[in-house]
Amino acid sequence: MVPELGQFALILSFCLCALLGTLPLIGAGTGNQLWISLARPLTAGVFVFLSLCLLILAYSFVTDDFSVQFVAQHSNSLLPIQYKITAVWGGHEGSFLFWTWMLALWMLAVSLFSKAMPDDFVARVLGIMGLIGAGYTLFMIATSNPFDRVLPLSPVDGADLNSALQDIGFIIHPPSLYMGYVGFSVVFAFAIAALLSGRLDSAWARWSRPWANAAWAILTIGIALGSWWAYYELGWGGWWAWDPVENPPMINWLLGTALIHSLAVTEKRGVFKSWTVLLAIMAFAASLLGTFITRSGLLTSVHAFASDPTRGVYILGFLGLVIGGSLLLFALRAPLMKSEFGFASVSREVFLLANNIILVVASAAILLGTLYPMVYQAVSGGELISVGPPYFNTIFVPLMSLLVIFLVLGAISRWKKTSVTYLKQQLLIVAAASVVLGLILPLALTLEFNVGASIATALGLWIVLGIVQDIRLKIANKPSVLAGLRSLAVAYLGMQIAHFGFAVILLGAALTSIYSIEKSVLLSPGQSVDLGNYHFQFDGTEHLSGPNYEAERATFQVLRDGEFVRELHPEKRVYTASMSPSTEMAIDAGFTRDLFITLGEERESGAWSMSIYIKPLVRWVWLGSIIMALGAIVAVLDKRYRRLKVKTLAQAASEPEFRPGVSGGQTVSG
Amino acid sequence: MSRMKLFIPVFIFMVMAVMLWRGLYLDPRTLPSVLIDKPLPDFELPRVEDEALISKADLPDEPFLLNVWGSYCLPCLQENPILMAAKEAGVVPIVGVNYKDKLNLARLWMDDNGSPFDFSIMDADGRLGINLGVYGAPETFIVDGNGVIRYKHIGVIDYKTWDEEIMPALAAVKAEATL
Amino acid sequence: MRRMSALVRLLCLSLLLSLGAAATGMWPQVAVAAVDAFEFETDEQQRRFRQMSDDFRCPMCQNTSLTGSSGGVAEDLRREIYLMIMDGKTDEEIEQFMLERYGDFIFYRPRLTVETLLLWFGPLLFLVLGGWIILGIIRRAQPMTQEQVALNDEEQQRLKALLDNVKRD
Repeated sequence: MVPELGQFALILSFCLCALLGTLPLIGAGTGNQLWISLARPLTAGVFVFLSLCLLILAYSFVTDDFSVQFVAQHSNSLLPIQYKITAVWGGHEGSFLFWTWMLALWMLAVSLFSKAMPDDFVARVLGIMGLIGAGYTLFMIATSNPFDRVLPLSPVDGADLNSALQDIGFIIHPPSLYMGYVGFSVVFAFAIAALLSGRLDSAWARWSRPWANAAWAILTIGIALGSWWAYYELGWGGWWAWDPVENPPMINWLLGTALIHSLAVTEKRGVFKSWTVLLAIMAFAASLLGTFITRSGLLTSVHAFASDPTRGVYILGFLGLVIGGSLLLFALRAPLMKSEFGFASVSREVFLLANNIILVVASAAILLGTLYPMVYQAVSGGELISVGPPYFNTIFVPLMSLLVIFLVLGAISRWKKTSVTYLKQQLLIVAAASVVLGLILPLALTLEFNVGASIATALGLWIVLGIVQDIRLKIANKPSVLAGLRSLAVAYLGMQIAHFGFAVILLGAALTSIYSIEKSVLLSPGQSVDLGNYHFQFDGTEHLSGPNYEAERATFQVLRDGEFVRELHPEKRVYTASMSPSTEMAIDAGFTRDLFITLGEERESGAWSMSIYIKPLVRWVWLGSIIMALGAIVAVLDKRYRRLKVKTLAQAASEPEFRPGVSGGQTVSG
Repeated sequence: MSRMKLFIPVFIFMVMAVMLWRGLYLDPRTLPSVLIDKPLPDFELPRVEDEALISKADLPDEPFLLNVWGSYCLPCLQENPILMAAKEAGVVPIVGVNYKDKLNLARLWMDDNGSPFDFSIMDADGRLGINLGVYGAPETFIVDGNGVIRYKHIGVIDYKTWDEEIMPALAAVKAEATL
Repeated sequence: MRRMSALVRLLCLSLLLSLGAAATGMWPQVAVAAVDAFEFETDEQQRRFRQMSDDFRCPMCQNTSLTGSSGGVAEDLRREIYLMIMDGKTDEEIEQFMLERYGDFIFYRPRLTVETLLLWFGPLLFLVLGGWIILGIIRRAQPMTQEQVALNDEEQQRLKALLDNVKRD
């Protein structure tokens, strides 16, 4: 009975979404205030009923209702209660419900925090998100219903949850990824609402910016969590694999990055409007494409959902309708978007445009590499090729280096017009210092020259020193450094924090790739091995019985230059239920380096095979991601966005932009 | 003209959508073998049955099936009745490649389930498998009388694949041999 | 002010939700890392081994390199690579060995052929296209006249007001 209530709530959600996707939109088009005012209550209704669906599914899991197919497939009566609840998201149907619920959560947030915007605009935004929600709920009802029953012959017990899901890193990664992914539908809805209303002014960009920043920050964290999980779970030191399922989030992230910068230009200067709208559409398209790839089994990936062409056809149809329609609307409406302000060929606008182009080129390149095997197979009649990490790294690294060069130029230059002399004055010293330190630092620390390390260090320093130089300039005429720092705009600080985070990622990613060392050895108890500055003493193994596994636990003493660092205990487990072996690597995480040991097999001689890794600065990849996300959150908190009082669009549009090129920190943010 | 430019994104998107739609109906796991029409690799390995060393010269000089199997491999068990039936009907000689297996387990498997093979080559370290471009058991090759690989099937053989793929391919190879 | 703190709370809530909520349906079929115990004579040999294990795709796995897979044919292929390296074979010879047995599928770094021209030079093409677009926009960018750069009266007034504000702070 209860699952049927869930079914009912799901259908109601669809109906409410459908209403939300029609009435307020029509109302906004015709000026019908009553229909416009329906947007917020309908949004609340969608949220309530989708939450109900989620709760009912969780209830079915907790009460072991194996007559529900989804529960039978992803749970077991012996599964601990916390995993029964988390199993709600443990498979295709449930995770899609979760995804749709997150859309409703974003919708609710928009309806609550949009008091400053005109009602007709909010009605359009919510209406468009309602249409998207209608597509998602219909998809569930038609092809992936989590409440489907197996009746009358219900299984006595469930098939149990994939053991890989009983892990903290994996529990937290996908929800944040989803949340970020879905967040871009807000920005998309804003852009389409602006296109529909035909009023593409800088107010629209200003309203979108906090949402874009928030979605981008959460997506950043989601991607970083995935990378972290892969690193410690897979046990061979990899933290980014360029898998076809990892690539769409990366594409989305790159486009999102381009979008938040382009939105800044549009808000501040009223230019690049059509470009910004196009980016908002593309970022959303990337998130739909990710859904499509993951859930249709289009490409071979390590991330497995049961592949089902029906679902693929449905999502593709939806993609075609939504994105094709949006792009068509764009083509028809874009001529209305006239850029009002001029800018010189050396100006912040141009540098940000260059960065945008590079980010879009990188996205296009990743998309090309991801889809190339499929196209190749279709065209060649069955021949297969693989496009993997070596390709993506070859393409991605130079593009990102180019991006970094423009990043500092864009951050330090001024709107409208920047003189080349000024740039030279401010940046020559930064450039010189980065290059010199880039050459010296790696050499001094490792006593070995490495071109890649020098370039990476120089680029990282270029960002960091560029930030220092810019802030120094901004606070030069303030009484004290502290007073100067306090006078800086919050959004500006957010930007610099995010840029600093990017530098940290760059340094971490590049240097860990270059300087990681590893050794695979066969050691008997009592033997030891040296790697880098470290000495690993293998004391032997002991047998250990876990709650649901049997393990051999090894003990290593790690010494550095004769000094004890710590003990490490890698394990080799066999899970008793499934008899599946598993290696638990031991990691000594550190700011400057990670040490880790993976245990292999015991040989007849009593010796164990094992791999030992030293990965310098690998933590910086995730640390930098956190800093970067933090920067975006800080920018969202800028007062400027809450000072917006209710005013009509016409007023907002006619308000003169006060952004003189010679401004101080208050008005400059990127 | 400049207005037409605005339609470029929607055009690119449509091309991509068509590609993706086409892609839905491709199987990214159908791996072609590069070894088709190449001679079988040389080897010198023991036979599972009696551990006598055999080489390429000991293989049948008429068209035959080369079936990669292992005692650990469930699909191999699944296709065994079909191969047994083929052996009993004398359709075609079948040679096994016992891939990455243990001798005693392989013999036990053959005792339990019956052996459809004229004999099985023991490839304990998987090197012959690599030279054959094997991905994993089961795989089935059709080799002609000259020791050239003519056809390869990856995965389990069921009645449908036997009737619709293996038999026609075998017939083609045989017909060619009698010319 | 209140609205903002609500927004902050929502952001925190969504972060918490994302962090605290549970898993999903996209789980890697966990490939347990390979642990071999190959003895190399030089670091260069070790480096080449890792490089090649990374650059060849495990033929039987869903989508991982030889490094990322512990089972079956991946293990054998790593052993073959090891033996060939120790045997003094060049990278090209090893690649040829793989190509003859497993075809282009085995290369994570596709070979440059006519069919992969677009793959390898596509990004460059995109970049050139992008550069061309930027150049077009720069050429059309209106050079600023003195009048435009200078502030108009209204802007002057607002500047003054802002500066006063700053002084008061």
